[in-house]
Amino acid sequence: MLNYVLRRVAVAIPTLLLLIVISFALMYAAPGGPFNSERPLPAQVMANIEARYGLDQPYWKQMFDYVWNVVVHFDFGPSFQYRDRTVNDVIAQGFPVTLTYGFWSFIVALVVGVSLGAAAAIRHNSWLDYLAVGISIGAQVLPNFVMAPILVLVFTLWLGWLPGGGWQGGQIEYVILPVIALSTSYMASIARITRSSMLEVLNAGFIRTARAKGLPTSRIILRHALKPTMLPVLSYLGPAFVGMITGSVIIDVFFSTGGIGQFFVNSAFNRDYSVIMGITILVGVLTVLFNLVVDLLYAWIDPKIRY
Amino acid sequence: MTLKTRLLAGAALIAIAGAAHAESHAMMEHPETGEKLAADQTFTYRVLDEFPSIDPNLIEDVEGSAIGRNLFEGLMNQDEKGEVVPGVATGYEVSEDGMTYTFTLRDDAKWSNGEPVTAKDFVYSWQRAADPATASEYQWYMGLMKIANVDEVIAGDKEPSELGVKAVDDHTLEVTLSQPLPYFPQMVTHTTTFPVPQSVIEEHGDAWTQPGNMVSNGAYVLEDRVPQEYITLKKNPEYWDAENVIIEEVKALIINDENQALTRYLAGEFDQTDVPAGQFPRLAEEYPAQAISVPNLCTYYYNLNVSDSGPEALKDPKVREALYLAIDRDVVVDNVVAGGQKPAYTLTHWATAGFEVPAVEAAQMTQQERNAKAQELLAEAGYGKDGEPLSFDLLYNTSESHKQVATAIGQMWKQTLGVEISMANMEWQTFLEERHNKNYEIARAGWCADYNEASSFLDIMDSGSSYNDSGFNNADYDGLLAEAKTAEDPLPLYTQAEEILTQEFPILPIYHYATVFMMDDAIKGYPLENAQDNWYAKDLYRVAAE
Repeated sequence: MLNYVLRRVAVAIPTLLLLIVISFALMYAAPGGPFNSERPLPAQVMANIEARYGLDQPYWKQMFDYVWNVVVHFDFGPSFQYRDRTVNDVIAQGFPVTLTYGFWSFIVALVVGVSLGAAAAIRHNSWLDYLAVGISIGAQVLPNFVMAPILVLVFTLWLGWLPGGGWQGGQIEYVILPVIALSTSYMASIARITRSSMLEVLNAGFIRTARAKGLPTSRIILRHALKPTMLPVLSYLGPAFVGMITGSVIIDVFFSTGGIGQFFVNSAFNRDYSVIMGITILVGVLTVLFNLVVDLLYAWIDPKIRY
Repeated sequence: MTLKTRLLAGAALIAIAGAAHAESHAMMEHPETGEKLAADQTFTYRVLDEFPSIDPNLIEDVEGSAIGRNLFEGLMNQDEKGEVVPGVATGYEVSEDGMTYTFTLRDDAKWSNGEPVTAKDFVYSWQRAADPATASEYQWYMGLMKIANVDEVIAGDKEPSELGVKAVDDHTLEVTLSQPLPYFPQMVTHTTTFPVPQSVIEEHGDAWTQPGNMVSNGAYVLEDRVPQEYITLKKNPEYWDAENVIIEEVKALIINDENQALTRYLAGEFDQTDVPAGQFPRLAEEYPAQAISVPNLCTYYYNLNVSDSGPEALKDPKVREALYLAIDRDVVVDNVVAGGQKPAYTLTHWATAGFEVPAVEAAQMTQQERNAKAQELLAEAGYGKDGEPLSFDLLYNTSESHKQVATAIGQMWKQTLGVEISMANMEWQTFLEERHNKNYEIARAGWCADYNEASSFLDIMDSGSSYNDSGFNNADYDGLLAEAKTAEDPLPLYTQAEEILTQEFPILPIYHYATVFMMDDAIKGYPLENAQDNWYAKDLYRVAAE
């Protein structure tokens, strides 16, 4: 087990380095640059700015310096766009926000999704099943960029119950709408996966045996059916969790939460190289990490899997 | 040397009169108008995006400039019409040759830490702005100000201390220019020229703009700032005119999505927001007191690539004129953008100070006449319905409203002239590069004045201008602009320059911008006639509900 973890971490390092190299190359291949604007700057002014940010250095040196600073000093450099701040500041400010609403969205999506899916499977072809399927299809066809404006229209403009945006350090009334908007479609997917997976499990031989033994239904479900049901759900949860905690530009745009999703997309449009790289690395590290966590959970759930 | 003295006495008198009335917070009526004031004196507004910087020397965007004007105060301010009024300086004198400006600074101006604002603060700030080490994008603006030695300082060939600005004493600032610049006082209302606190910058470095560190000299101080969420300014008790400042707190909320912002505005969350494209007519009908359209010194136009890389047909002025004439601008402004914009037949915005729009022939005709003439011209050039078929690529940066304008104009050209248009859109940075490299045939462009003077528009078509993406090169035109720089009355020269553009048609002006926004009608004092939309929170106030 420990061996396996170490091996995975060892593979992760070249993976991340490759990610950096490819992102760097793609970024530089894109036309424009961080300081190109509608009004082209006088050559001398541009030269001053490039000198300040090291953009006058050869490409390979910029990349080497960058990796060196990240690995050795954990310094992601200054933001080219936000002159008052470093990339570390941007991430330190935005990531906790994203993490907060992402985490709660994950919990909501998981709890509601699994309950809904399981209920639908257990009462297969009953009104409960149709209701659950109806809810999850409804949630799926309402993507969050449709959901977000509707929520604000209803809860802010019409009912006046909740603020339409802002974060205010994560006070509960500011978190509710973003969590609903972000979690619904994940919730729907989880419900669908859970339902079909559980239907399959409930038809399996070992469940029939359990029933034949006369075990109570609740015990069959919780003790025997739930764990194998979760296997396909789990492989979905890993990337979904990373997706949620690394932010959604839609949530940030619509609710002005100040999370990193917004910074990520803006940095791409602004060619803010250092912010692009910083957030790419963050997302890369989290993806590798949670894929590992998911694989370890597999082994815990399914005794047949051994590393 | 001091022959022409322009003490701005009138404005100074008003300030004194205002001071006599003021009774600070207890004031329940506006000292001048007598309107009943609301107990809550806050102003909250929406901005599109996070400010790249709030350091005056580095500010590069319109919204950041508004924050800069509230936190800091330069030599001169603008009034509600955009005219220059005293700021930290009470007035200035200009030498007979127009090359030396001497500003007299008021002796009661203070930083928010209580220290006096002196001429040295301005010298430090201007040197810092031009210093290559600061690497400010707005060094181009310092260059535009024609301060002596500025180009050499930016290039690193001279020390910043050699810049043509010096403190004669604590309250006298002398600026030497490399050439006369009649609109120089207008230029020092810009944030790049505002004073910055040397001791604070030296103590905190780049972090000096953080809440808690920042010291400023304007009517407000920085209270709080959460990137991508909000920024809050509080009234500065040390400001020299603090007793006449009514708004206690200014808050800008950063909301990227304009429709979302509008919904939240309508829910009463804040006082001002932009109107999303195309929604102005509906909002003006539903909320006549809140939907506001004001001129904005920008011009929307199409570049025609007249350089060597451009298509052969565009080298013919007749073809260019036909395209110019066949655009039904009334349809574009009334039915497509629909926010109080005005049709543009010439480049310079109609609301530009001291400028009169030349009465060009095309503007006087009806659209039928223009269309008929356009067809005639195109036929003469050998193209059009009976001649060689014509087609152009039309490039614009990705945006719903640019697409709508392009679609409408493409349709007009097709119907009137039989010209086929294929539209292409590109993401902003790619678009800029393609257009700048002249890899296009017709491309969308927009230009906003840097200062309220016609040359700020006309200069872009100078053959040496870096924004002249048409590749237009006309010696007469360049000559007129050069002459206008020092002319006593430049207006006739500007008119001639505009006429050249409407003989050569390197660009097709389409409309003059307007800013459309919603504002709570309890907010008063907003400078609706300032065409640059340079507002100062110190001039605003909120009246009590009746």
